[in-house]
Parts: sequence; structure tokens; C-alpha cells
Amino acid sequence: MSHPLNPFPSCRIEATQLACLRGFNSLFEGLSLTVSSGNTIHVTGANGSGKTSLLRILCGLSLAETGQINWNGNNIQSVSSEYRANLSYLGHKPALKPDLTAYENLVSAAATGNRALREADSTATEYLRLLGVVHTRDRLCRQLSAGQKQRIAVARVVMSDAPMWILDEPGTSLDTEGMELLSSLMRRHIERNGLIIFTSHHGFDLPIDRLDRICLDST
Amino acid sequence: MNDQTVSTMSAMMALVRRDLIIAMRERGDMLQPVLFFIIVVSLFPLSVTPDKTLLMQAGPGIIWVAALLATLLALDGIFRPDHEDGTLEQLVLSPHPLSLLVLAKTLAHWLVTGLPLIIISPLLGMLMQLSGDAIIVLCGALILGTPALSLIGAVGVGLTVGIRKSGVLLSLVILPLYVPVLIFGAGAVQAAMVSLDPQPHLLLLASFSLFSLAFCPLASATALKISVN
Repeated sequence: MSHPLNPFPSCRIEATQLACLRGFNSLFEGLSLTVSSGNTIHVTGANGSGKTSLLRILCGLSLAETGQINWNGNNIQSVSSEYRANLSYLGHKPALKPDLTAYENLVSAAATGNRALREADSTATEYLRLLGVVHTRDRLCRQLSAGQKQRIAVARVVMSDAPMWILDEPGTSLDTEGMELLSSLMRRHIERNGLIIFTSHHGFDLPIDRLDRICLDST
Repeated sequence: MNDQTVSTMSAMMALVRRDLIIAMRERGDMLQPVLFFIIVVSLFPLSVTPDKTLLMQAGPGIIWVAALLATLLALDGIFRPDHEDGTLEQLVLSPHPLSLLVLAKTLAHWLVTGLPLIIISPLLGMLMQLSGDAIIVLCGALILGTPALSLIGAVGVGLTVGIRKSGVLLSLVILPLYVPVLIFGAGAVQAAMVSLDPQPHLLLLASFSLFSLAFCPLASATALKISVN
């Protein structure tokens, strides 16, 4: 990698008394969580228990019914631009344009995200190589398999160089080798003092002392 | 300019470039609004009357209504594909002001759908028996007016992008707001045809576009944030 792995500055996400409604159903209420740099939270729960909703609320994409989220002591609504600059989100969809190549997707995502275009130009290929999909560099994403697209989406997250990762089912469609790769990237991110909040039905090989579990079924 | 401004500018340029590349790879989609524009206008001489004086009188109105409908037809493409593939969420999560990213997307969309309408319009002016002067004013009015159509349209799509089948709803939201453009746009051409000064119409059209430029990206960004929620 051209970037030495400098540790990220410390940060902390603190959510208090979050509640989420879908229609008239309460998905969860009174949910509080705290996570600081170098740690991960694994959000678990049955299908429909509100895992995705929780992650979207933590990103600032959705608003919680009640409660608030602080980042380093500031409400994320009041420092939203700065918060988003330090955040990388991987949703259900890989967020790739089908009519762009893998490389073009990474470069345009970086340019509209938090990395300058010139810098991204030289590194996008390296990240595709890191994720084992460098052969898809100049192929249109519509021709790629779901697993390949997911790997490119993970490459986008890693390339964003954001200290906070919020990953919704990052292991979707990945093969065994891809899962191991993802695990190692997540470990590397934690070692760099990064922060990860993720949902997954698969286990990742992460250091136990850095891992918190939140189960949405009980709330 | 500080670093933040520079990087926001480069983000906007990257977004315009991205959308233009995608449009070039989907050239068929790009042609549809123009062909629709041509067909709708050419239906009138066939169905109403081929009479020269009547066509001349109705021409400016017909061309403007057809331009409005052609714009409306292509409007969903501004945010819906991004909403479906998840890139819209990434734009909302971008640290850059969403209203400026929306402005970049609207510009790209106008270049792909609005500009071809302007280029083809002299041909349709001739079909409608407009005079040379009137055709020049028609082009000028379209250049001044179509940006407002795209800008206002972006607000409508921002509001309806979360709804599965929004075609009719989008028209109901947007078409009333297009009325001022229609009135001043067609008015300018009609004035030119009776040798009146079209300038007041064109100035009002330009001011309406500038007004849209100032407010629509903000409104559209807010609408998108609500739709993504």
C-alpha cells in the first residue's frame, strides 16, 4: 500500500435511548450503545428486528424517533458534514453504477466522497488488487457477479480511509476466501484505531476483547 | 478559495463527468426524449390542420408543451437509477453539501436531455411554419427556460423517488410549476411572430431560471434526504 497505516485519531460514538418505529410497530426502544476507536460492535437479531434501521440511524441517513447520537460529544446533526467525512457506509446494495467499470466506480465514489480525485486515481487499482478483483478493473459492473461487486464495494469502504466503518451484512455473496479477506481487513482497521459497527449472520475472526455484541431481539 | 471549496468543486465535476459517461453508454435512453419531442409536435399538423396560418398561431404553444412533456418523460432518470443502485445513499452521506451535488446532477441531466431539445427545435419550428426570427427567439427561449424545467423537475423527483410508481404523481406535482415557463416561453415566440419585442418575456424567463437555480437545489436536497430516510 502506498499509504503507511497511520493510526486514526481517537473518536467515540455514543447513542442514547434510541427508538425506531416502522409504521405502528416499534422495532426497538431505549437502545443505548457506546463504541470508541479500536473497537467493534456486532449487531445481531432476527430478520426484521431493525438491524439495518439501526445502522442507518447511526449513519444519519434516517432519523430516530427518540434519542440522540453523539460523536466525540457533539450531536451528529450539528457536525454532520465532519461526521460524514469520517464515515464509510456499506449498505444492502453495493452502490456501484452498472454502466461504469470497477475502476471508474471507485474513482467517482472517492471523488464525491472524502478523497481527492488525483489521489484516488493512483490508488483505486491497488485497492482492487487488495480485494482480489483487479481483473475486473476495466469491466462494466453490470457484467460482474454479486460476489465480485461486493468485493468492489468493500474496496470502496477501505479506500475511503475513514476511521468509522458502518457495514450492513458485509459478507453477503462473498466466498470463503472473500470472508477471510474481509476479516483480515476488519482486524487491520481495528489495529489502526478504527471503529466498526456491523451486522452479519456470519462470524468474523475478530479479537474478542475488542468486540461487543448488541442483540436487538431482547429490547 | 480554501481546500474545502476546491474539493467540493472537484466532487461536482466528477459527478457531472460520471453521469455524462453513463449517459454516453446508454445512448438509446438519451434519444428517447428527443424522438418523443419530434413525434408529439409532428402529430399536430396531421391531426389538427395542415393549414399554414393556424399552425403558425398554435406552433409556439405546441412546441413548448411538447418540450415540457419530453422533459417530464426523462425526469425520473435524474435520481431514480441512483436510488435503485444505492449510490444516492452514498451521495447523501457525502461530506459535501448535498444541494451542490444535486446541482451537478441536474446540470448533467440538462446537458443530456435539455440540450438535445434545443438543438432539434429549429427543425420543429420550420415544421410549424415559424418565421426565421421566431425560430431564433424559440431557441433563445428554450435555452433560458429548459434549465428551470430540469431544476424544478429535480425537486419533484426528489420528493417522489421513494415511491414505486410515481409517474403520474410526478406530473401532478411538477406540471403546475412549469406554467410560468410555458407562458413566458411561448409568449416570447408569439411576440416575435407579430414583430413585437420578445425581450420582456425572455427576461422574465431568465429571472425565473435564476430563481430556480437559487432555490431548487436546496429544496431538492431536502426532498432527497426525506425520501432516503
